[in-house]
Formats: sequence, C-alpha cells, structure tokens
Amino acid sequence: MVQSIVSTGVAIGCIYALIGIAYNVMFSASRVFSFTAGTLGMLGGVLGSLFIAVMGLPVALGFILALAAGAVFGVVTEIVAVRPVLRSLDQHLYVLSTLALALIVQQFTAIEWGTDARPFPRLFDIARGAFDQQFWLPMLACAVVIIGLELLYRRTLIGHAFLAIAEDSYAARALGLPERRLRILSFALAGAIGALAGFAGGEMLLAFFGNAPLLTFYGFIPVALGGMGSQRGAVVAGLLLGLFQQAANFLVGGIFASVAVFSVFIIVLLARPEGLAGAGLQRRV
Amino acid sequence: MDTPAAQLRPSHANALGLTFALGAATPFLLLLLIGIAFPLFGGGYWGLIATRACVYWVLVSGLNLVVGFAGQIAIGWVALLTLGAYATSVLAAGNVTPALPPFLALAIAAFIGGVFGVIIGLPALRLRTFYFAITTLGFATIVTQVALAWQSVTGGGVGVPGPIFPAPLSSQWGFYYLCFAFAALCTWMTANVGSSRFGRALTAIRDAEVAAEACGIAKPALLTMVFVFSGALAAVAGGLFASLQSYITPDAFTLDLSVLFFIAILIGGRGSILGPLLGTILLTVLPEFAAPLVAWSTFLYAVLLLVIVLAIPGGIAEMLDFKNRRPLETHRAIVPRPELLERLLGAIPDVGALTLEQVALSFGGVKAIDGLDLEIRRGQVHGLIGPNGSGKTTTLNVISGYYAQQHGAVRLNGVPLPLLARHRRAHLRIARTFQTPRIVGSASVLQNVMIGGTIDGSGTFVESLLSLPRHRRDESKLNDAAMLALAVVGLERLAAVCADRLQHSELRFTEIARALMLRPAYLLLDEPAAGLSAEEIERLGALLLAVARAGTGVLVVEHHPDLIFDICHRVTVLNLGKILAAGSPAEIRSHREVVNAYLGG
Repeated sequence: MVQSIVSTGVAIGCIYALIGIAYNVMFSASRVFSFTAGTLGMLGGVLGSLFIAVMGLPVALGFILALAAGAVFGVVTEIVAVRPVLRSLDQHLYVLSTLALALIVQQFTAIEWGTDARPFPRLFDIARGAFDQQFWLPMLACAVVIIGLELLYRRTLIGHAFLAIAEDSYAARALGLPERRLRILSFALAGAIGALAGFAGGEMLLAFFGNAPLLTFYGFIPVALGGMGSQRGAVVAGLLLGLFQQAANFLVGGIFASVAVFSVFIIVLLARPEGLAGAGLQRRV
Repeated sequence: MDTPAAQLRPSHANALGLTFALGAATPFLLLLLIGIAFPLFGGGYWGLIATRACVYWVLVSGLNLVVGFAGQIAIGWVALLTLGAYATSVLAAGNVTPALPPFLALAIAAFIGGVFGVIIGLPALRLRTFYFAITTLGFATIVTQVALAWQSVTGGGVGVPGPIFPAPLSSQWGFYYLCFAFAALCTWMTANVGSSRFGRALTAIRDAEVAAEACGIAKPALLTMVFVFSGALAAVAGGLFASLQSYITPDAFTLDLSVLFFIAILIGGRGSILGPLLGTILLTVLPEFAAPLVAWSTFLYAVLLLVIVLAIPGGIAEMLDFKNRRPLETHRAIVPRPELLERLLGAIPDVGALTLEQVALSFGGVKAIDGLDLEIRRGQVHGLIGPNGSGKTTTLNVISGYYAQQHGAVRLNGVPLPLLARHRRAHLRIARTFQTPRIVGSASVLQNVMIGGTIDGSGTFVESLLSLPRHRRDESKLNDAAMLALAVVGLERLAAVCADRLQHSELRFTEIARALMLRPAYLLLDEPAAGLSAEEIERLGALLLAVARAGTGVLVVEHHPDLIFDICHRVTVLNLGKILAAGSPAEIRSHREVVNAYLGG
C-alpha cells in the first residue's frame, strides 16, 4: 500500500508540478496567471488519445503534434486573452478573459470529444507493475522539463532575456529586448509544457474534458505554496501535494481527500499568503 | 460672504436631486409593473422562466455587491446556491431533524449561507485576486463533491426533493409571486446599499484601495458585512431554486451556473444595479430563443464573457449612461472659494501637535529616512522639500501608516500613532492626498468627495439596507458637506460628472475636497502642484493658506519652490533622508548649502 501511495503520489505530483511550471512560465513573462494552465493539461491527454488511439498515428508523431497543439494554444492565449488586457493589469481583467478562453476550449472539447473519460493509449509495450510507465512517464517528463528549463535560463541568451523580462519588464524593454516576442515564446513554451503534463499523465488521468478545471486548481496549489515564479518551489510543493492527496485518498476516501487538500491549501495560504518560500509585498504608494 | 453660500445648495440642487432620483427609479418601477402583471400575458412555460429569473436575481443582486461594487472576483458563488438548496431541502424533508416548515428551513439556510459567505469570502482580505478566484473555484468543486458523498443527508447522486411552500404559494403563480417579492426586495435593498456610504466605500476599495484606507474605510469589517449579506441571499436563492426544481441532485449545480451569474454582472456593468438586473433577465431568457443551441449554451456564455471583457468592460450600464456622454465645456477654470471653508470645517478641535522623533526607515541597504525630527503645528503650512529620493514621500507614508518606521516615533499630542494602522489615521483627523490622484473613475465627482466623509456616518449597514431614517440623514448630511467641499475647491459645477472625464488638475482639487471632508486636524499633501498651471498653483496656495488659517496643520511635499516660499510658515529641506536645513522661508532661501544642492544659484 505504501508503495502504491508513493508511486501514484509522486507521479501525480509531477503532473501538478508541470502544470505549476506552466503557470509560472506564463506568469514570469506577463505578470498574469492564466486559467488556461489546466486546459493545456487536458488538451495534452485528449489530443494524445485522438492522434494515437483514434487516428492511429505513430506515438512519436502523435506526441510531437500534441505538444505543438499545446504551444499553439499557448500563443492563442497570449494574443486573445492576455495582450488585450495587459494595459490595465490592475483591473484584473485577465482573470476573466483567461477563464473565458479556458471555458470555451473545455466546452468545445466536451461537445466534440464527448463528456465521458476515454482511455489513453499505452505508449510502450513493456512490463506493468509498480514501475509501470504510467508512473515513470510523468516523472521523466518532469525531470526533463526542469533540467531543460534550468539549461535554458542559465546557459542560453534567450533564457537570460526571459529572466530579464521576468525581473523587470520595463528595464528589459528599455534595453531593447523584444518583450512582445519573448512573451509569445514564453506562452508557447508554457503551452508545450502543459500539454506534456497531460500527455505524460494520460494513462492515469485519461482523456477527459473535466480534467481541465481539476488541473487548473491542483496545478495552482504548487505555485501558490511554492511561491510564484519559483520552479523549484513548484516541484517540491507539487510532489508534496501528490503524496498528501494519495495518502488522504487511502486514509479517508477520495472525496474527503479533496476536502482535506483544499482545507490544507487554504490554511497554509492564509497563514503565508506569499507561499512557503515566496517574497513579500510590493510598494503600493 | 453669505450670498454665494446661500445660493449654493438648498433649493435648486435639491430639486435636481429629486428629478434625478425619479429618473433613475423609472426603469425599476417599469420592471416592477411588468413583473406584477406578468401572469396576465405570460403562459405557463414563461411563468417558469420568469420565476427562474427572479431566483437567479436574488443571488446575483447579492453577488453584485461582492463583484460589481467591491471588485472581488468570486467565481465559485454557485457553492452557496448549492449549500442553500441542500440546507433548505434537507431541513424541510426532515433527513436530520424533524421536518421543519419551509420558511423556517429557508431562514436557517440563509443563516448558514451567511456564515459560509464569510468563510469563502474572507480569504479575499489576505490573498491576491487570482488566488482568491481560484479558492472560490475550489470551494465550488468541493461542495458538489460533498453533496455527492454525504449520502445519508443529501441522498448522494439520487438527490432530495425540494421544499414545497404552503398554499397559496405552492401553485405556479403563487410561487412566482413569492420569488418575485424576494427579487423586488433584493433590488430595493441592494440599491439602498449601493447608493449609501457603504456602497461608495466598496467602490473605493475596488478602484482606489489606498485612498479608501486613507479615508478611514476598514476593509475587513466592510467586506465581512457584504459577504454575510451576499451569502445569505445566495442561500435563499438556493432554497427557492430547490423548490422550483422540485428535486435536486449535485449535477444541477455546475460551474456553468456560476459563470452565468458572473456574466450577468459583467454584462450589466460594475457598480450598477439596473445593469446586472437586465443582464440576469437577458441571460435567463436568451437560451429559450436558441433552443437548438442548448448543448452549446455554456460555450456561448464563455464567448460572451470574453467579448464583454475585451470589447465593453463597462457593460450595459455604461452603454445606457447617456448623461455622461454630453460634452463638457472645454475651458474650465478652477476657482476655489476659500471663504466657504469656515462653514465646511467648523471649529477644528485642538488635537495637539504632530511630531516625528528620530524616525528612521531603510529599504534594504538604502536609508530612506535617517533620524528625522519634525514638528507640524496646527494653523501653519509646513513645507517639505528636497531632491528626488530625499525621503519626502516616505515621510508622508510613515505618518499616514503605509510604512512602519524602524526607529523613532510619530506622535500626536504625545501619543504614538499605531504602526501601519492606515485607516485609524482618518479617525484621528489626519487626511492626505496622493502623488497620482487616487480616484474612483466610474463614480461621479460628488460621490468621490463623499467617500472622504465615510467615517462620519452614524447609521449601520442594516439601516442602509432598509433605508431607515438614520441612513437618509447620513446621506443628506454627506451630500451637503460634499457639495460644500466642492464649492470650496471650485469644482461644484462638475459634481455630477463622471470622475474619469476630469482633467488632471481637477482630479488634484477633487482629492483635496475629499480630504477636507474629514475636517482634518492635519492635512498631508503629496506634490499637490504637480501638473498644475501657474494660475492654478497660485489659487492652490491661497486655498492651502486658508485651510491653515481655519486651524488645520498642513504639510506640503513639493518641488515648486515658488509655492513653498509663498505659503509656508516653516520649511524643512531633506537630503538623503536627513534634514539639510529647517527654518522660515527667508532663512531657507539664503541657506548656502540648500541653494547649492537644490535650488541652484
């Protein structure tokens, strides 16, 4: 039982962490939290199943197409729901515009794909058990993304530009960085990461339109608790969340487990609104 | 001296106010008549739709105060509808207690709804917007899951029957009239609150939170009342909804409903009552005309939400607001009338001197102020000048409680001011203005100024809900005082104009009028002359001098040496957080270091 809690918990924690990273990548580039983060995860699962199981494409091609679709949706989010409201960031219209876009895609999926959860294809034909691919795929995806992002931010010029925008977008623009293009790139990157989360976790979460709001909520918990913009915080908090949720699942049953997760989330957040590892408030006057 | 003052208010302004009130009430009266007469021309099915619109409005009217007025993005309010529906049904069906009469069950549900309204709402005090939105969303999912799981009480997926109200309310039209009565009552109550000092305070929290604090508005207390009220209304709506559905299961309460409520408010326009009311009716009726599209309804709602947010963030209310589209005169001069100050301020009580002793504050390694001594006296204008970054605004922010000093004390009459308690400053009659004017753009100039007098009302929230005498007395007192304050600064002709149509200089004077509403013992101004013409600066100077003569201590942070040397009794020059020089204007003007470092010689 303990083994099952740990393997499922870590795997699902990795998915939450990846969605959290998608939130963070978008946030760093735009100062906007987007409700579409969970939708990206849902799309990864649904599109993966569509391309591979329904259309019969090779796994590699289906994988690339699903990620590309995620990236495209990321760019669409930036153009449709983020850029138009960036000028009046203090009115928080982005909360509504990204929520609207998330709902549009979610409902479209519900109508075209169906409201029932459909199976996600098995990707590799190898042994099942505690080290089944449904457990190690999310872990692998998470590790690849973290190492990839670390290399991108530390080693490449464009990564430095991302960091500069995240640190101070005015100063970065004054230095001549193409802020808009970098923002679009960030959203594309976030889109691919979100879709990867859904694809890697496809077997566990299934191809189901209702995953969108769930992932939007559970993916945000690592961001809130890990401190916004912090990738490491998101991973640690994501893993803890996954383990806690699975343990609660076994101990008190599925539905009250979500009550437990929600209560802990609210209590921690109220005690430390800036997250467990976050920074303080900004100057207001 | 008496003539302008006498001309100022009573007769014609009151008459104007009355016609305005009648004009504003007309659409509501029209809707009331239509609602009462509805059974005469509506068929059975339309009766159901109309009942549903009434039930939705009971919830939306309360949520409107949270979302439209206070600007808190509470997405998951459907959770409270669910809670109210189950509480009423379960209590009336007798699953846990002996079966209660439906009205008693409804009342208990309202109480539970009020409690949970606060529980869901209060994180708004601590959390940022998106965080709050997502916690309400999480709450909505949890409540449905609990309803599904707690089978012994809620019947799980099978559900429970809704309450049946006693005859004659059990017939279709009887129940319609019950819901309609609730809806009408909610309209009246929320309209009362919306136009009260509480409603204005909520919009101030939404659009100019910093200014709201400076006016003494305590956000926690105010939001708590609003969340209780809104939660109770949502639960009542839930009870009625359960009765209308006659049988409820957890799938009846999807997030789609929440989205619908939210859109109704946005489509209607923030800070309006009529707009969201029309929005609710529209959204309830619309799907009936688009029957083939029922499967797509949530999709279409979401598209609608996106379009509204991007294209008409002001909603119906702004589209219907013809009054504010009339052009204003282009060459408007601001001519303050300081002679009216005495009537506005009355006798300012002697609260003692405002002193700073060895105040120090650093941000990281930067010493913003470093051991500052300052005494601001009543009846004098004190100038605070210095180059950029010398700590002038920081000093102001320490006095008004936005920053906590790390050393030293700010004292009023020898008693230290509490650290960071911003809204307490207003109760001590310390008022301030801001470097960039903090104004509620969508409210009229008069309403903006009335915000300044929020703490002077004596009626409670409940009295405002029910428009009891004390509420009406407060309102007319605040209205008169605000008109007078506008006359003092020379803006009375713009009283009814929407504040975001004003020029920059007019906003500055509006802020001063708002600050004067506190009848301040001390008035702190942060660069009041920035962006003003030479003529306006001169008039501002005369006004500030008059304020000081009335007994107020005035502290001006400024860059314009002319203004400072013309009106100040004492001047303090700061450099790098320390006092470079202090004394009379004449002494400062000839101080060698000041001239070298700052004034230029």
